[in-house]
Amino acid sequence: MLVLRKFLRDIPAVLGAVIVLGVVLLAIFGPWIAPYPEDASASHLLRRLRPPSAAFPFGTDNLGRDIFSRVILGARGALKVSLAVVGAAMAIGVPLGLVAGYGRGILSEAIMRVTDVFLALPQLILALALAQLMGPSVESAMLALALTYWPFFTRIVHTETQRLRNALFVDALQGIGASTPRILFLHILPNILSPIIVRATIGLGFTILVAAVLGFLGMGATPPDPDWGLAVAQSRGYLPNAWWFATFPGLAILVAVLGFNLLGDGLRDLVDPRLRRSR
Amino acid sequence: MAGFILRRALLVLPSLLGLLVVCFLLIRMVPADPAVALAGDNATPAQIEAIRRSYGLDQPIHVQFLRYLEGVARLDFGQSQFSSRPVAEDIAQRLPATLELTMAALLISVGLGVPLGVLAAVNHNRWPDFVLRVVSVAGVAVAAFWLAIMLQIVFAMQLGWLPLRGQLSAGLTPPPGPTGFLLLDSLLAGRFDLLADALRHLVLPAVTLSLGGLATITRFTRAGVLDTLQKDFVFYERASGYAPRRLVWIYVLRNSVAATVTQIGLLFGGLIAGAVVVESIYDWPGIGSYTVQAILTADSKVMLAVTLLVGLIYAVVNILTDVAHALIDPRLRDRA
Repeated sequence: MLVLRKFLRDIPAVLGAVIVLGVVLLAIFGPWIAPYPEDASASHLLRRLRPPSAAFPFGTDNLGRDIFSRVILGARGALKVSLAVVGAAMAIGVPLGLVAGYGRGILSEAIMRVTDVFLALPQLILALALAQLMGPSVESAMLALALTYWPFFTRIVHTETQRLRNALFVDALQGIGASTPRILFLHILPNILSPIIVRATIGLGFTILVAAVLGFLGMGATPPDPDWGLAVAQSRGYLPNAWWFATFPGLAILVAVLGFNLLGDGLRDLVDPRLRRSR
Repeated sequence: MAGFILRRALLVLPSLLGLLVVCFLLIRMVPADPAVALAGDNATPAQIEAIRRSYGLDQPIHVQFLRYLEGVARLDFGQSQFSSRPVAEDIAQRLPATLELTMAALLISVGLGVPLGVLAAVNHNRWPDFVLRVVSVAGVAVAAFWLAIMLQIVFAMQLGWLPLRGQLSAGLTPPPGPTGFLLLDSLLAGRFDLLADALRHLVLPAVTLSLGGLATITRFTRAGVLDTLQKDFVFYERASGYAPRRLVWIYVLRNSVAATVTQIGLLFGGLIAGAVVVESIYDWPGIGSYTVQAILTADSKVMLAVTLLVGLIYAVVNILTDVAHALIDPRLRDRA
């Protein structure tokens, strides 16, 4: 409970947690919250490009759809993509990091060299190229992002595992004959979970941002998905008159990513008191 | 010092080779037959077969890779599918525009970020610190493509203060100049009208591109200065009556920038990648918009060359970062 009280005193982190909770709730209950849930795909040409008003708080888009509803409905897609990408990146990166950090042989050296090469790659460019070559769709965008994000987990897990490799409890486990997979996954992994969770939280925000870029460039979500990045791209033909068309979906990206970043920063402070805020 | 630089440079070669292998494999492993894509929609199987043979796509993958490697060694990256010109020529022509843009963005990030970071640290836990902390987290969270469009709406479309897109107004021709850098060439040719026009075009893209870096540099400078302020030597110098301003901006800052210098190095790689988005929105004639065109047309030769180029720039900047560290902190020269 001490931990919880410490967390609650960190106002930016609490703000982040509230935003993240909001995004999750919108993602689950969006279709019941949005005033015009049918606007995910419907179009109403009679009320195109209306400015914000009481009936349409964020205005309407080029097909007369309520932007407020579409911003709410977009939360589900954004969260789904980022959860899938970070989940897949963890599934690849964490075991590799464990193996590389625990072993001392040529295998662990090889894993880390490959990881370094991937870290030197321009992530966005590679993700764009892969998404295009696999055929632009949400699925290929997710795969491309996962393929470029796993090294971040490998590096962090590698460092942490190396630190624990010589710990007394690992020595003891080796002494009583525990198998290597057992030591790695049942004993070392639980001990390094906190930095992984922090990295994953920040990664969720980062992935929402990069997925929005892919959507904006036409390499991710496809019409009529209520995707935030795609909406900003569609608005470009109607500027500057329909400023609300570009503004509100972009603000949604900003707020969502901000929430995950603030929460991640707060968790990091909590987990590792040595690192002070803003480092 | 020269030996130090040479040793660092040699360490880069294996990672560059690794970069090439990974890119080549990734782009070739993707389930799409490049010969089919090249031949177009109405090609007969025989035509596809002919293309496959003429591009060497019927060879085993390691032979294809060695042939590619041989080309890279001669700076021959093949021909771009959409511009029908050698990729190396396209890149050489477009690189200066991107470098000008990223340098301008880096200048803004560092020139504003370091003073703002010091300001936040000196006012630790007072309102300037709070404001800068919120702004710096938001700066990393904002989508560059959205910020670019917002800036265009306000400053180009509504207020009309700055041009909407491009590197130079229509009707003006860039000087033939020796360097290929528009700003530098205009200056050398004494064409100050061109220089002013080019600078006005540079403002919005550079500001957009600089924001993420600005936020990062502010954060790291703040953390570094906060750390140093608690050191004994600061306490001593304060007690000896050094002017507070001189103490903070010279002695403390010099001892706090190590982490910031690393970040500047890392940022440069991010800036080049960020240029992809920013350039395509502002129609900036650099590597970034070239890359987007290549991606939209699935031009794998260009994609491979650009990825390698970014990796190379990244590696060179990493070396420069290490050298900068060694210059700031003489203790590091003996290691490594």
